[in-house]
Parts: sequence; C-alpha cells; structure tokens
Amino acid sequence: MTSVPLTAGHVAPDAHDPHATSTGLDNKKIAIWAFIGSECMLFASLISTYLIYKGRSKVGPFPHETWTDPSTGKTLHAILNIPVTSASTFVLLMSSLAMVLALAAVQNKNVPKRTTGERILGNSSLWLLATAALGITFLGFQAYEFTSFVHEGLSIRTNLFGSSFFTLTGFHGAHVTAGVIWLLTLFAIDRKRGLGPRDEVNVDIAALYWHFVDVVWIAIFTLVYLIK
Amino acid sequence: MAHSTHPSADAAVVDHHGAGIEHTHPTWSTYWKVATILTLITAVEVWVYYVPAIVHSRWFVPILLVMSAVKFAIVVMFYMHLKYDHRLFRVLFTGPLIIAMITIVALMFLFGKLAARVGGMG
Repeated sequence: MTSVPLTAGHVAPDAHDPHATSTGLDNKKIAIWAFIGSECMLFASLISTYLIYKGRSKVGPFPHETWTDPSTGKTLHAILNIPVTSASTFVLLMSSLAMVLALAAVQNKNVPKRTTGERILGNSSLWLLATAALGITFLGFQAYEFTSFVHEGLSIRTNLFGSSFFTLTGFHGAHVTAGVIWLLTLFAIDRKRGLGPRDEVNVDIAALYWHFVDVVWIAIFTLVYLIK
Repeated sequence: MAHSTHPSADAAVVDHHGAGIEHTHPTWSTYWKVATILTLITAVEVWVYYVPAIVHSRWFVPILLVMSAVKFAIVVMFYMHLKYDHRLFRVLFTGPLIIAMITIVALMFLFGKLAARVGGMG
C-alpha cells in the first residue's frame, strides 16, 4: 500500500472504494453538518420572532411580570418557572454527556476493557439508553410546563408571547422527540447485532444532531427564560 | 501516524478518515470536565437571575449572553468535535450560524428592539 500522508478527516480518494468521495469525507457527515446549518436558520427565525414580539402582548399572562385581568380582577403571576426549567436544562446538558460517552463507547468497542469502570464507559447500549431516557425526561418537563401554562390561562392563542413561546419551544420539543426516536433506533440496533467501529459515522451523525438540539436549548434558555 | 501492514487495520484507518473523523478526540475525562463546566455556568446563570443588583444593572443581559455563548462554543467544540474535525465542517456550521446571527440582529434593529435597548442604556 502506498504511504499517503493523511491529514485530519481527509483521505486520498480510493478508486476501489465504492464510498470514496472527492473530498475524502463521508457524505453522510457532510450532509448532517449542512442540515445543522439550515437548522440554524430555522431557529434564528423562530428566536427572532419571539424577541420581536417580546413585551408587545396586550393581555397577560406575561413571562416575567404579574398582570391583573381588568375584566375579572384576577391577578396572574409571572408564568415562567425558572427552577423547573433550570432542572430540565441540566437534564439536557447531561444527555449530551451521555451521548458523547455512547459515541466513545462505539469507537472503542474493540479496545479490551479490564476494569469495571472501563466496562461501564465502554457500554454503548447503556449510554444510548441513558441519552434517550434523559431526552424523554426533558420532554416530560416540557409537557408539565405546557400543561401548567394552559391551566394558568396561557395558550398559543392568548397573546403574542403565548404564540411565539409555544411555537419556538414546541419546535424544539419536536426536534428532541425526533432525536429520542433516532437514539432508541440505534439502541435497538446495538442490542440486536452490536454497534462497532464500522457504525461510527451513523452514531456520530446522531450525536451531532443531539448536541445541536442541546445548543439550541442553551440559546433558548438564556433568551426566553432568563433575560427579562 | 503509524500505518499497519495488516489489511483490516489499514481499512479501519481509511474508513475512519473517510468518515471525516479526527483521531485526536477528547478523552472520557475531558468529557466529564466539560460537563462540569457546563453545569457550573448554568448554575451561575440561574444565580445571576435571582440577584436584583445584577438584574437591574446594565450588565445583566451582556453577562447572560456571554455565558450562553461560552456554553454554546464549548458544546460545539468538544461534544460536536468541531475543534478537532475537518475545516469543511467548521465552514458548513459557522457560515449559516453567522448568517443566522446577523439575521436576528438585523430583524431586531428593523423592529426597533435594539434601538430601544441602546436608548434605554443611555
């Protein structure tokens, strides 16, 4: 075999490899990064809409201020529940940790594990399931939040805040749901035949999608929940 | 990089690079350290939210935005491996991200949100 100097993430095209590309990079990975780039645009539009409508609602409930309904005299408190959302944010951050550990476990599947700690860290099924479980927990927090908002009088039709808030966080929740389904699919494959280094790219693109969902929430948490 | 003469080992090297995946990934301990840093920053963000002196200062929003940007960058660099991956992936991500950020700022200027903020700070 000729000794071709390889740079990071690049290889000279091999005429015998049916998957060889002109860039030397896997097409699936290029595609997921292009998709993530397009998703940046989508969430930028949703975040822009939220920020533009922020503070322009004529009727409450409001995110950070109390409001008294003039028709009923009922006082509605600030509707955002920061402690609950902080907990769900922590859960999503930990899911990203579980995801990178799942990817590392797949990459190092063939490395011998001597200690119990190494066996736990090298258990890709465990970390894939943990990631999915944390994602489901995050969705549970979101379902609780949405339900309590509706009970407190805020729906998607109540005011500009409700419309933009439910649209933005709802789209994010839909992305988390898709990610959970993707992760559970990988978990099922891992249980059936075992994921190994040959599946690295498939797990890597799922991980990239999951981390993107996480970074979008990092932005939403600050812009929607914390900035008054 | 040491190239093995074993066929399967060579194939593994080619596949690995062909996937666009860098060899020098962070270690497990790096992942745990990153998670700790992310948790600490999130805790500080929430703490800042409950300190009236900071909330009513002009630095409240910039502080939160900086902390959020740091968390964003840490996840992208270390968990998404963009720090270690091929340059094309960085371009594919940062290009649209920059356009997205410019779009947000432009729309906020267009609808008078940033103008009001700057006026309020003065």
